[in-house]
Amino acid sequence: MKGIISYGAYIPYNRLQRSRIKEFFGTSGLSGEKSVAGYDEDSVSMSVEAAIDCLQGFNAEQIDSVFFATTTGPYTEKSSIPTISKALDLRAGVKGIEAAQSLRAGSSSLLVALDQEGTTLVLASDHQLSGPGGTNEQLFGDGAVSFIVGTGEDVIAKVVDTTSVQVEIIKQWRNEGDPFVQNWEDRFASSVYTTKIYESVLEFLDNNNLSISDISKVAISAPGTKGYLKIAKSLGVSKEQIQDPLFDQVGQTGSSHSGLMLISALEEAKPGDTILVVNFAEGTDIMLYQVTDSIAKLSKRRGVRDYIEVKNNELSYADYLKWKEIIKMEPPRRPAKERPSAPALYRNYDQNLGFYGSKCQVCNTPQFPKQRVCVECQTKDKMEDYRFFGRTAEIVTFTLDYLAPTPASPALVAVIDFEGGGRIISEVTDCDPAEIKIGMDVELTFRRLYEAGGIHNYFWKVRPKR
Amino acid sequence: MGKQGIRDRVAVVGMGCTRFAEHWDKSVDDLLVEVAYDALDDAGILPTDIEAAWLGTMNSGVAGITLSGPLKTKYIPVTRVENMCATGSEAFRNACYAVASGVFDVVLAIGVEKLKDSGYSGLVSNRPPSDGTSPNITAPASFSFLAPAYFNKYGLDPKQGKKVLSRIAWKNHKNGSLNPKAQFRNEVSLEQIEKSPIIASPLGIMDCSGVADGASAAVIVRSEDAHKYRKYPMYVKALSTVAGPGDGRIKQDFDFTSIRENIVASNAAYKEAGIENPREEIDMAEVHDCFTPTELVIYEDLGFSERGQAWKDVLNGDFDLDGRLPVNPDGGLKSFGHPIGATGLRMLYEMYLQFQGKAGKRQLDNPKIGLTHNLGGNPWQCVSFVSIVGKEIS
Repeated sequence: MKGIISYGAYIPYNRLQRSRIKEFFGTSGLSGEKSVAGYDEDSVSMSVEAAIDCLQGFNAEQIDSVFFATTTGPYTEKSSIPTISKALDLRAGVKGIEAAQSLRAGSSSLLVALDQEGTTLVLASDHQLSGPGGTNEQLFGDGAVSFIVGTGEDVIAKVVDTTSVQVEIIKQWRNEGDPFVQNWEDRFASSVYTTKIYESVLEFLDNNNLSISDISKVAISAPGTKGYLKIAKSLGVSKEQIQDPLFDQVGQTGSSHSGLMLISALEEAKPGDTILVVNFAEGTDIMLYQVTDSIAKLSKRRGVRDYIEVKNNELSYADYLKWKEIIKMEPPRRPAKERPSAPALYRNYDQNLGFYGSKCQVCNTPQFPKQRVCVECQTKDKMEDYRFFGRTAEIVTFTLDYLAPTPASPALVAVIDFEGGGRIISEVTDCDPAEIKIGMDVELTFRRLYEAGGIHNYFWKVRPKR
Repeated sequence: MGKQGIRDRVAVVGMGCTRFAEHWDKSVDDLLVEVAYDALDDAGILPTDIEAAWLGTMNSGVAGITLSGPLKTKYIPVTRVENMCATGSEAFRNACYAVASGVFDVVLAIGVEKLKDSGYSGLVSNRPPSDGTSPNITAPASFSFLAPAYFNKYGLDPKQGKKVLSRIAWKNHKNGSLNPKAQFRNEVSLEQIEKSPIIASPLGIMDCSGVADGASAAVIVRSEDAHKYRKYPMYVKALSTVAGPGDGRIKQDFDFTSIRENIVASNAAYKEAGIENPREEIDMAEVHDCFTPTELVIYEDLGFSERGQAWKDVLNGDFDLDGRLPVNPDGGLKSFGHPIGATGLRMLYEMYLQFQGKAGKRQLDNPKIGLTHNLGGNPWQCVSFVSIVGKEIS
């Protein structure tokens, strides 16, 4: 049995009320809120968070391949697979490939994973940039999804059939150097793709001797706010069958959007349910799953359900513009940030991405960063690797640093003690300054610290455990 | 500590200290020339009498040539010394050891820092290339860790705690107002301090030391020669520097209510100087008040207060100019700013003036034993320096 073994989601903590945009421009727009990647998040960091959610209770050693889909990768040239693999502590020999450019990158990666041997970790993550005041700004949200695809008893959603149809169409595009995507007139695209999707889905169902009424949930990710409804209507999908695209809570999350809807559907599904996923962008990806009994055994995770609830929905439009670097701020009156040293990074990837410290084999003291000489007993070179990730941690003391240059002042920095020993000094992210206190439980979260000289520096911070 | 130690083996016979200020019109060379000649004149010697020199600077120059160039010294050894914020003290320590070793009889210890040429407020340091993953934390923020930890441990509510910190800044500014060499020479009210804009919670801008340019210098000779130069030399009783292993940021047994390097450095100094009860035997101290909570924990680390009691002693005025143990009689980093290479020697300069009865309106009643303390780094890892100096040979 081939299919999805596990899923995980990540929706960034910060949400922008669409009314804030309205207040700023005086124009009307959609209701609800959209998710906004923090200034320290990008497609790579969010995909790692989604994968952490997905790998709950799963042995990461078993992953044979990683597919990473995004239209907003950190580099035009330089792979992010090793970054992600190290952060997730995957085997060094894991295969990996990145799918980019297309809003179908996520669904197509899933399709290919379903076709191939072994166990595949599929990640899709996006934070598309949209011009202020436009319809895309209303719609685009940020987020990531992760699936483990493989075979065996643990499959929670068996793949029934898949298909992919290529349709060449200029609907939405962006070139290198363009700050925002460009769009052709909506009516051209919407009338063309509605027809194309309709035809493709009908043919797909026909091939499987099914009619639309046989399907439990239909998850359609299509351009625009109403596209999915139009298609659903033409196919005769009932209200109960339509999977909510989460526009009011999250927005359209680029290449991860159809995955987000699939996870939402899986979260509500019962064994035996069928889920049809339809994703359009220059063609259509169609997948039909049947939920198995194993879904009941899936370990607890946050998923879309929990991540939607954990939020700061007080994000100001000014911070949004600042974090997205849409407005140019006065630079801090400090020397420019130096780019990190590539050799220093190279030497420390296990530590910085995998969050490995060392543990003394003589006195058992865990320590971070890695040490040669034990901080407790001074024994030299009797260390073993010790992973701090996943361990309970709490704040010992903290400060709100109003002086440190950061897009989210004040910078929150705290001394963190881990259960079982070990201490770090870390930035605290996704935390209200009024909320931080001594004794607060925190957990590690993977972040992009900064970009300097074109180099993206990834590391871990802590956030309140929620 | 070696068998002999430094006690009473060397003496300071001349000192100089520029005003600490934003010296827009003076270069590093200007500051060095000015302060070196002040110290030499004070000792009554010529530049050619100097046999070797130690120059402390963190960022205002590299190598001994930073000093030998402007002074045109005649091909003598000059060593540039750097030990973060304890740089000036380190120049002094090394110079003293050179005389004590018998290799040289007359040496110069000099410190300089020009902070105001960088175009940025605050300190700017040149760090080696790194992986760039250390936390984004400023100096005031790293020392502000001490405040909530201390308040929490000893049951002070944040308001009470803030009052204690403000009292320390108030005292130092009050002392500084009496000092013509200080950068800031105004008294500042407790209310102004408490209400100053927050920099790193709970520290406001008035909890932080200033930023200034400055230089200071000392001429050091063998104790047995000291009276040839002046009637009241300043004798060195102890010199102690500790560089911490950084266990405070790795191990959980460090609670951010003290700075371990301070404890070890001061205990070593007390031993070397033969001091058994610092609270009773020390008449005055200049300590590293980079931020107000630093001075608070220093009182306890150096044994001026019992553990957990310093905040009460502060409120009681124990460390005021007329208190039981005046601390930072010259106004401290708070009033002087902190030109890194110069600070340690500036502290010794105050001891030197006080012993000679030349401290003007700040003059204490015949002090005989003084302590200077200087630290560089963070609460969880630093270099800490303690000297004990005296008016007389003991």
